Amino acid sequence: MADASIGLWGVPLAVAAGAVRAGTPFLFVSLGELLTEKSGRINLGLEGTLVMGAMTGYGTAYLTGSPWLGVIVAGIAGTVLGSLHAGLCSLPRVNDIAVGIALMLFGTGLAFYLGKPLIQPQAPTLPAIPLGNWSNYAAVRDALHINVLFIIGLALAPCILWALRSTRWGMILRMVGDSADAARAMGYSVDIVRWVATATGGFLAGVGGSFLSLYYPGSWSEGLSSGQGITAVALVIFARWSPMNCLYASLLFGGAGALGPALQSVGVTSGYYLFNAAPYFLTLFIMVLTTSSEHRLSGAPSELSITR
Amino acid sequence: MATDATVGGGVSTAKPAAATPKKMFDREGLGRAAEAVVIPLGALLVSLVLFGIFVAFAGINPIDVYNYMIVGSVGSWFSIQNTLTRASPLILTALCTALPAQAGLMIIGGEGAFVVGGLSAIAIGLPLAAHAPVMIVQIVMAVTGMAAGAAWIAIAGALRHWRGVNETISSLLLTYISIAIFNHVVEGVMRDPASLNKPSTHPLPAADLIGNIPGMDVHWGLVYGIVFCIAAYILFFHTTFGFAARMVGGNPRAARLAGLPVGRIVLIVTALAGAAAGLAGMVEVAAVQGAASATMAAGYGFTGILVAFLARQNPLAVIPVAFLFGGIGASGGLLQRRLDMPDASVLVLQGIIFVMILASETLFGRFRIFRPKEN
Repeated sequence: MADASIGLWGVPLAVAAGAVRAGTPFLFVSLGELLTEKSGRINLGLEGTLVMGAMTGYGTAYLTGSPWLGVIVAGIAGTVLGSLHAGLCSLPRVNDIAVGIALMLFGTGLAFYLGKPLIQPQAPTLPAIPLGNWSNYAAVRDALHINVLFIIGLALAPCILWALRSTRWGMILRMVGDSADAARAMGYSVDIVRWVATATGGFLAGVGGSFLSLYYPGSWSEGLSSGQGITAVALVIFARWSPMNCLYASLLFGGAGALGPALQSVGVTSGYYLFNAAPYFLTLFIMVLTTSSEHRLSGAPSELSITR
Repeated sequence: MATDATVGGGVSTAKPAAATPKKMFDREGLGRAAEAVVIPLGALLVSLVLFGIFVAFAGINPIDVYNYMIVGSVGSWFSIQNTLTRASPLILTALCTALPAQAGLMIIGGEGAFVVGGLSAIAIGLPLAAHAPVMIVQIVMAVTGMAAGAAWIAIAGALRHWRGVNETISSLLLTYISIAIFNHVVEGVMRDPASLNKPSTHPLPAADLIGNIPGMDVHWGLVYGIVFCIAAYILFFHTTFGFAARMVGGNPRAARLAGLPVGRIVLIVTALAGAAAGLAGMVEVAAVQGAASATMAAGYGFTGILVAFLARQNPLAVIPVAFLFGGIGASGGLLQRRLDMPDASVLVLQGIIFVMILASETLFGRFRIFRPKEN
């Protein structure tokens, strides 16, 4: 029976599929956070942005019937929250980490408030490309059902790498992140550059949120995000501020997140909650391994308060 | 001195007092104290107006909202007791952010220490309850809860000091981990088979629960919180240890050059912070719920962060601010019932207040009225 279960092989397969599926929101949020951090500021509020993106994206898709419009609106909501963060942080004596925590609570609260009527209805979901039709196994076909947003994210990582390295904008951004004084001396407005970086970062995080509600798990609920946003922030540190590393790390974290459900599907149910917390264990473990109190992390923007 | 707190690792505005005469210092201190009260109050009022505009867009009369908020928080003896009950965990979870902030650390893992404290308290309380007198059971539970919370947040402090791991992120990650462990244990080894729909541990015997303050329907946890705040205030503002801790917060390099044991201070401060939140978790289990269930992680730890910031990280100011947020929480139910507002309205209001409070930081030192003229 070709469509039968493939036994224990389902676990690594499901983890690989989860790496792609559950890794996509990590990818978008971490790329967004990367841009923000490269400009010398940290936005911990991306957790709230992610949830707002999920809610607005779902609401728009439900009302208009177009999931892609939902993705755009989610990005716009993220841009608004990112701009709010940038605006507040440009005031003197306002701490970027604290504003991030505030926006995390504000974004989540606002999304829960506005999202109340969206818990019941079913919105159209984003399309996926079936790359696995050659296979006889249902599990393999499921695993190779690749969402278009993932492919966009896949392309985005090298694009951002190139932009940061070789374009004028990328260099200005990195200069602002490494020495605000140097940027000021060259006549660039540090606040405006950081605003653009944070707003763009918010856009990407919003899009990442819309993936949660519009594709996987594919509905809106208040328990939709349980810390993917904050994990993605930590992931940027792990990735040493490199877009390509963000991509690999997102896949790793997505796979870790898929471990719990995968084991449950083959009958291992005892450690369900602990396996679900695997990405957080992993993040903490990796942060302990990769950081040091002695010297600065390589690749860290010098203006970043978090690594000082 | 009360306003000397360095907020969220921000820059301390304290001027060198040595050169100024004693009298001048007092006037300046008074002006700064007034500033520390007036600016947050102003931010609070602006937040309430913004929230009014927000609900007006949702088609609800803001005047009704304000009215029900007052009625629901202080409108009757019942509401006042409700407010105080809700304030008591907030006092303790706020200390989990406020105390490390004195030493320059931004810890947001109070929810984790709260959950861990509650879980370990019930884990030791259940077997003990059958054999020991009430007094012993409660003391052992409180000490265990505090120790577990202390160890939990001290992890973030230790990682920060010895491994350079950012304490804000690690404490939040620890929160997610603690909730996972909590659910794993409550739905696993410690589950009461009688709790079908809502998994929970076996309940504590009614005789072992923490009782109410005489004459009120408010449990003793409120008193624990207030005592903890006063003790923390004395420790941080009137002892050598507190001075050293605030020096670490103001300028870690100077503290190290002065020969202070920075690592030990960071460990003690984070442990104290975790102990406060752990005690709150123990009270939640031993006074409110009677058992540990998934409803424990109801966000007291996160609201505590907000309380600490509004109190400008001052342990004494935490008490009135916690009452304020207890009141907002208490009125939430009334808003839901009378005006049909979603339960997340309270979260929105809290979020607006948080953002406004942080934005108001920029106003400090801008108003001359709080700064008496030099000489």
